[in-house]
Amino acid sequence: MTEIAKLKKQLKELFASQKLAVLATHNEKQSYASLVAFASTADLKQLLFATTRATRKYANLAANPNVALLIDNRSNRETDFHKAVAATATGKTTEVGTRERTRLLKLYLGKHPHLREFVSSPNCALLKVKVDSYFVVNRFQNVMELRPR
Amino acid sequence: MINPAIELQTVGPNDRNRVGGKGFSLAQLKRGGILVPNAILITSDTYASYVSSTGLREQILLELSRKDFQDMRWEEMWDASLRIRNMFLKTAIPPELVAQLKRVIASGFKSSAVVVRSSALDEDSGIASFAGLHESYVNVRGIDSILDHIRLVWASLWSDRALLYRQELRLDVERSAMAVVVQELVEGEKSGVVFGKHPMDESQAVIEAVYGLNQGLVDGIVEPDRWVLDRKTRKLVSHATATRNKALVTSREGVSLEPLPAGKLSGAPLNSEEVTEVFLLAFRAEEIFGSPQDVEWTFRQGALYALQSRPITTASPDQRDDKRPWYLSLRRSFENLKALREKIEHDLIPRMVREANALAERDPKALADSELAEEIARRSSIHKRWTDVYWTEFIPFAHGARLFGQVYNDVMRPSDPYEFVDLLRGSELASVERNRMLEEMAASLRADHALAEELRNEDYARCDEDFVRKIEDFLEKFGNIFVGTGSPQQGRKALIKLLLEMTDRGRAKSQSRSGSITLLEENFLSQFEGDQRTYAVELLELGRASYRLRDDDNIYLGRIEAQLFLALQEGKSRIGTRSGIDAANIDAQEVIKALTDVGYTPVSGDAAPPKTKRGFQLTARQILGQPAGPGIATGKARVIAHLSDLMDFRAGEVLVCDALDPNMTFVVPLAAGIVERRGGMLIHGAIIAREYGLPCVTGVTDATLLIQTGDQLTVDGYLGIVIISRENGSSNL
Repeated sequence: MTEIAKLKKQLKELFASQKLAVLATHNEKQSYASLVAFASTADLKQLLFATTRATRKYANLAANPNVALLIDNRSNRETDFHKAVAATATGKTTEVGTRERTRLLKLYLGKHPHLREFVSSPNCALLKVKVDSYFVVNRFQNVMELRPR
Repeated sequence: MINPAIELQTVGPNDRNRVGGKGFSLAQLKRGGILVPNAILITSDTYASYVSSTGLREQILLELSRKDFQDMRWEEMWDASLRIRNMFLKTAIPPELVAQLKRVIASGFKSSAVVVRSSALDEDSGIASFAGLHESYVNVRGIDSILDHIRLVWASLWSDRALLYRQELRLDVERSAMAVVVQELVEGEKSGVVFGKHPMDESQAVIEAVYGLNQGLVDGIVEPDRWVLDRKTRKLVSHATATRNKALVTSREGVSLEPLPAGKLSGAPLNSEEVTEVFLLAFRAEEIFGSPQDVEWTFRQGALYALQSRPITTASPDQRDDKRPWYLSLRRSFENLKALREKIEHDLIPRMVREANALAERDPKALADSELAEEIARRSSIHKRWTDVYWTEFIPFAHGARLFGQVYNDVMRPSDPYEFVDLLRGSELASVERNRMLEEMAASLRADHALAEELRNEDYARCDEDFVRKIEDFLEKFGNIFVGTGSPQQGRKALIKLLLEMTDRGRAKSQSRSGSITLLEENFLSQFEGDQRTYAVELLELGRASYRLRDDDNIYLGRIEAQLFLALQEGKSRIGTRSGIDAANIDAQEVIKALTDVGYTPVSGDAAPPKTKRGFQLTARQILGQPAGPGIATGKARVIAHLSDLMDFRAGEVLVCDALDPNMTFVVPLAAGIVERRGGMLIHGAIIAREYGLPCVTGVTDATLLIQTGDQLTVDGYLGIVIISRENGSSNL
C-alpha cells in the first residue's frame, strides 16, 4: 500500500469513528471555535456540517468562508500522546446548493439520523467545506499534509 | 495504598502476576523444602505505581512510538533503550513509596548485602524465558543503594534485548511491568547452573560450575567445568574441565574478577558427592514444577542453595532475515572487548591498509580485457572478505562505546543521555583530519585571490606548484573522495569546485571543546577509587577506541571499495565504448562476462519504476527521527541520492541522505545540519555532526523520499524533528 493510500485509509477510519469536529472560523477581530457534527464524502474531498443561520459561526462564515476543521480520536487519557490521531482540514465553506442537496443530505443524515429535524428546519444551513489540505498528526509530532487534487 | 512487597513465605498461588516468574519460583522452591536465600519481593504494583505517579509510563510509550518497531535498527533500539534508562535514573521514587519500601526492606535485611534481581511478569513462564535479559545486581549494601538498584532493574524492562524479545513473542509492551527480588547475598565458594534436561540431548542433564559467584558463569566471564549425566540411569557420562584461572568474588561494593588461588587451579569446583547433590536438586525442582528446570545454585560452607529456577525453553524462532537479534546477542564483556580491540588495531586494520595500498599499485587502465576481468573478480572477493570482517569484528566492537555509555550514565546521571559521546571524542577521527586538510587548502585560496581566480577559470597550468602538490597529496592520502562521480580527472575537478565553495563560505566553525572534555573526564574518573578507578580508566580508553573505530573502519573499507570501483569503472567504460550501450547500471558479474566474451551483451540494472498519477498529493510537514546532535538549524535541503549530488552542495544547505558514509563527509563543514534515514547515535552521521557541532536528526524513515532538494528545512536536533516548508509539489512517495 502506498503512503497516500495508507493515510487515506487512516482518515476514513478516523472519520468513521468520530461524530464531532471542532470548526474554526474567523471574523475581522477574533477567531472562534465550535463543535459541529460532521460527515465526509467517500472521496474525502468534502466535509459537511450543519448550523442555523443565527449563529456566530454562520456570521463568521458569511464574512470569511475559509475554515479549519479538527477531527481527532483522543480519549482524554495520558495514552493519547502516543496513540491519538488528529486531522486538521483546511478549505473554503459554501452552502450546499439545491442540485446536490438531496445527495449530500442523505450522506449527512446517514451518519447523524437524529439530526433530521434540526437540518430540515427552515433556518438551518447544510454547509460543505471543499478541502484544500489535510494535516494529519500522529505519534505526537509527525505531521503529513494530504492535498486532494 | 498498595502493599509494596511480599515476603517469600507468604506468596500465594495467585500471586504470579504480582511477584513475577523468578519470585514465584523461589517461593515454590522454598515451599518444596529447598534451601533458598531469604528474600523480599517488590511487587509489580509498586512498579506500576511508580511509573504512573511520575508520568514515566506515557513518556516511555511516547519514546517507543516515535517509529514503527519493525523499522528500527538495532542501534535505534539501543538509543531508545538508553533514553528510557536515563528517564528512570532521573525520576526519583515518590517519597511516600520510598518510606514504605524502606520499612519493608529494613525489616528484612537490616544491614546485610543483597542481590537485586529482575522478576518480569511474563518471565520464566514456560513459554518465555528471559534468561539474562534484565539486569541483576550483586552485593548491594544500604537502603538507598538498594532503592537505586531497584530503579535500575525496573529500567532493564526496557533494555534493547528485552524490547526485541517481547516483540518477538508479541507480548504487549503497554502492559509490561516488573517485579523485583531483593535477596540476601549468599556468598558461595562455588556456584553454577544445572540443566535438568540437556538443551541439545533430552536423555541427559548438565551441570556447569565455577569457583566464586555464579554471575561469573552467567555473564560468560569465567569458563565453567561441565558434567553430563544420563537422566535415566543417573550415571555420569562425562566431565569436561575448564581452564581455571579466575573467579568472580564480592568486592567492597559490587563484584570483581580475581585470580584463583594456586590451591584451586587444578581441582574441579565440585567433588563427586557435590555433583550428585546438584543433580538431585535439579530433579527435585523438576518434581516441584512438573517440568525440567534450569536452576542456578551456590554452595556456602557445605550448604547448597538454589538461587533461582526456571523452565527449560526452546530457543526463540530463527529469523535469519532479521539481523537484529544477532546484533543484540553481541553484548560482549569488557574482557572480550579488550581482546577484540587488540585484534582490530594491531592485526585487521594494518592488513586492510596494506591490502588497499597493494590494490592501488595496479592500474586497471594498463590491463588487457581478460586481466581486467580477473582483477575485478579479485577486488570483488577482497571487498567481500573485508565487508564480512566489518560485520563480524568491527560492528561487535561498537559495543565498547555502548558499555562505556551505560556505565557513564549510571554514575553521572547526566540530563543529556549522550553526554558520554563528548567524552569519547578523545582523539581525532580520520575524516576530521581529512576535513582539516580541506579547510587549510580553502584558507590558502581565501588568502590568494589570484590563485582562486586561476582555479575558477580552470587555468591549472598557471597555478602555484605548491598548491597543486597539496591537491595531489590530498588525493593520494584519502583517495578520490568523489569516488562514484567519474574519472580521477573529474574527481580532481570536483575537489577544486568544493574548495572554491569552501573559500566563498568563509572559515568553518571548529569544535574545540578540549577544555570541557578534560573537565568531563575528571568528573567521571573522580567517582571511582582504587581498583574501580583503574577499571574506569580502561573502560574509557576502550570506549574511545570503539568510538573512533566506528568512524575509521568505514574509511578503511571505503579505500578498498574505491579500488574495486576504479576497476569496475574502467570495465564499464570499455564496454560502453565498444558496444555503445549505457553501462552505468551493469553489475560486476555482467562486466566480467562482457570483458571475457566480446560477443556477450550485458544485462543492465533496473531503471526506476515509472511514476503514476494519483488523486491526492502527499507532503511531509513535520517528521520524526531521533535527536542525534543538539541545536536548531534552518536551510535549504540538499538530498544526496547519488554521490555525484555532493558536487552541487552549497554552503548553508542541510545535508539529507539515506546513510551518511565517511566517504561523503567532506561536505559536512559546509552544511548547516544533517538529516539521515539511518538511525542511531553512534552512526557516522551522528558522530560527525557532533564533531562539528551541527544539529542532526537521524532515523527519519523515508527521509530522502519525503524531502526534496530545495525544500526549506528546520532541523530540531533537540527534539529529533524535521520541519519542512514547501509551497507546492508532492514528495516522491
